[in-house]
Amino acid sequence: MRSRLSPSGLPGFAPAMAVTLLWLCLIVLVPLAALALRPWSLGLVGVWHSLTDPRVLAALRLSFGAAGLAALLNLPLGLLVAWVMVRYRFPGRDLADSLIDMPLALPTAVAGIALTALLAPNGWIGALLTPLHIKVAYTPLGILVALVFVGLPFVVRTLQPVIMDLPPDAEEAAATLGATRGQTWRRVVLPALAPALLAGFGAALARGVGEYGSVIFIAGNMPMVSEIAPLLIVIRLEQLDYAGAAALALLMLVVSFAILLSLNMLHRRMRGRRA
Amino acid sequence: MHVASLTRRSALAGGLAMLGLARRAAAADVALLNVSYDPTRELYRDINPAFAAAWRGKTGDAVTVNMSHGGSGAQARAVLEGLQADVVTLALAADIDALARRGLLGTDWQTRLPDNAAPYTSTIVFLVRAGNPKSIRDWPDLVRADVAVITPNPKTSGGARWNFLAALAWAQRQPGATDASAEAFMRDLLHHVPLLDTGARGATNSFAQRGLGDVLIAWENEAWLAQTKLGADNFKIVYPSVSILAEPPVAVVDTVVEKKGTKAAATAYLEFLYTAPAQTIIGNNYYRPRDAAVGAQFADRFPAMNLVTIKDFGGWDAAQAQYFADGGMFDRIFTPGK
Repeated sequence: MRSRLSPSGLPGFAPAMAVTLLWLCLIVLVPLAALALRPWSLGLVGVWHSLTDPRVLAALRLSFGAAGLAALLNLPLGLLVAWVMVRYRFPGRDLADSLIDMPLALPTAVAGIALTALLAPNGWIGALLTPLHIKVAYTPLGILVALVFVGLPFVVRTLQPVIMDLPPDAEEAAATLGATRGQTWRRVVLPALAPALLAGFGAALARGVGEYGSVIFIAGNMPMVSEIAPLLIVIRLEQLDYAGAAALALLMLVVSFAILLSLNMLHRRMRGRRA
Repeated sequence: MHVASLTRRSALAGGLAMLGLARRAAAADVALLNVSYDPTRELYRDINPAFAAAWRGKTGDAVTVNMSHGGSGAQARAVLEGLQADVVTLALAADIDALARRGLLGTDWQTRLPDNAAPYTSTIVFLVRAGNPKSIRDWPDLVRADVAVITPNPKTSGGARWNFLAALAWAQRQPGATDASAEAFMRDLLHHVPLLDTGARGATNSFAQRGLGDVLIAWENEAWLAQTKLGADNFKIVYPSVSILAEPPVAVVDTVVEKKGTKAAATAYLEFLYTAPAQTIIGNNYYRPRDAAVGAQFADRFPAMNLVTIKDFGGWDAAQAQYFADGGMFDRIFTPGK
């Protein structure tokens, strides 16, 4: 085993590994294990019933669907932003660069309230959309807007260092060999960025699936329509149904883990192919 | 350090500090934690100093009451999970019952204080926009095609459960009403609700700040507060023909006060709520006082209404199971094919 490990700057493999495992256990595994043990007081049938309720299924579809769509929308937008930040020098660039992190720093409830105030029928943007019969706040579309907002920094921050490492020479070489701009993008730039795009997509998706604070204010929270799965967990807690809440949480965790794991494997395969 | 090295002034100061300590030890300083629900912020901000003054007058002891506010169900859960509340003052008896069932206080808690342990009451009213443009007068007006209704989610909001039961009470009292006709009315009503906020204050904001809906179903005290704080020219309170008597109850948490040794002060605090000065503060904060004499002073603020009580629904346990638990009426209304 040890021979396969690459040399590292950390002194002593054993203590470093021990601390890593202990820390991972304490911070990640123990809480997750506690969660995984909780639902079974309902019995297998009870857990199955509590997870196959039509409202639960609708909420899960909405949570994963909206998070996935938001992460997809964030890919081209995030790529554009990251590209501009790395490749161009313009006045106010540092300021703009710091702005990207704002959705991370802002308490999510504040983001949700601000977006709702803007997009509600009497808000600045909402008032413009109302005559067009477009409703954003209190619909699934509002959820999408909130998730795009909170997910953007994840895509930008994953792409930025990779774009920085991408030498402009490669694009110039492609151009001198007669490639059009489109070809350069398709054949040179995008393949190099694909692993990072995938990683950014995974991070934004994971964040979107678990997002509660910002969504709750803009969603409208109508059962079967705009009710997200984390809200159903809170609703079950309110009813002191700890086991039911844990069952739903565990299901979300398992699905998220499966998605992230397959993204990771895809990611590894892409990098392997490039190397 | 030698005493001789102290200056006279610092010796004097030290002596005074020691005197202060001695006085503190003699007159026990008590700190109580009152865990309450959301709209009582303003009420207890006024009650607590009045109680502290009364308690100091009676015993010479200083008492500080710290507050914690939040959704009633979430607050009950916090106490259940170890928040050291000397007293709980929540929106529904069901939330305190949940604590009693798990042994935090005696199950007879509601008989330990007068009036079902609810020193103030409120009811459910309508708040409409100035001039009442949709002429909303009673429950059936809420299901007219052109009316949108704002009420929070009864799954997460205690206030929303009172709203739901008030509407149901009206539907059940119509000539020829059956269980099916009452449920049909509730279905119709909830389909006039464009969004379900998680709490009563959130719903008030949606209606008042975001301009959503034509009518807000709300606590009477919340409606008064909205009218006073946001301008009487903007909103008007409408009293429906039938509503429900909401009795937000209070209780001492036995296990906590026994551990902290605060039983006397905590009990006195809740008993204080029934005294005339506290009842006046209660009326000033738009809750209905229990004391008839104090109530008479606020007669024009609180018109007499036709009110049902939670007992008409068989108590909170029955109402919870029938209407709000998983698979109850609220779920049936929103779940297709059931």
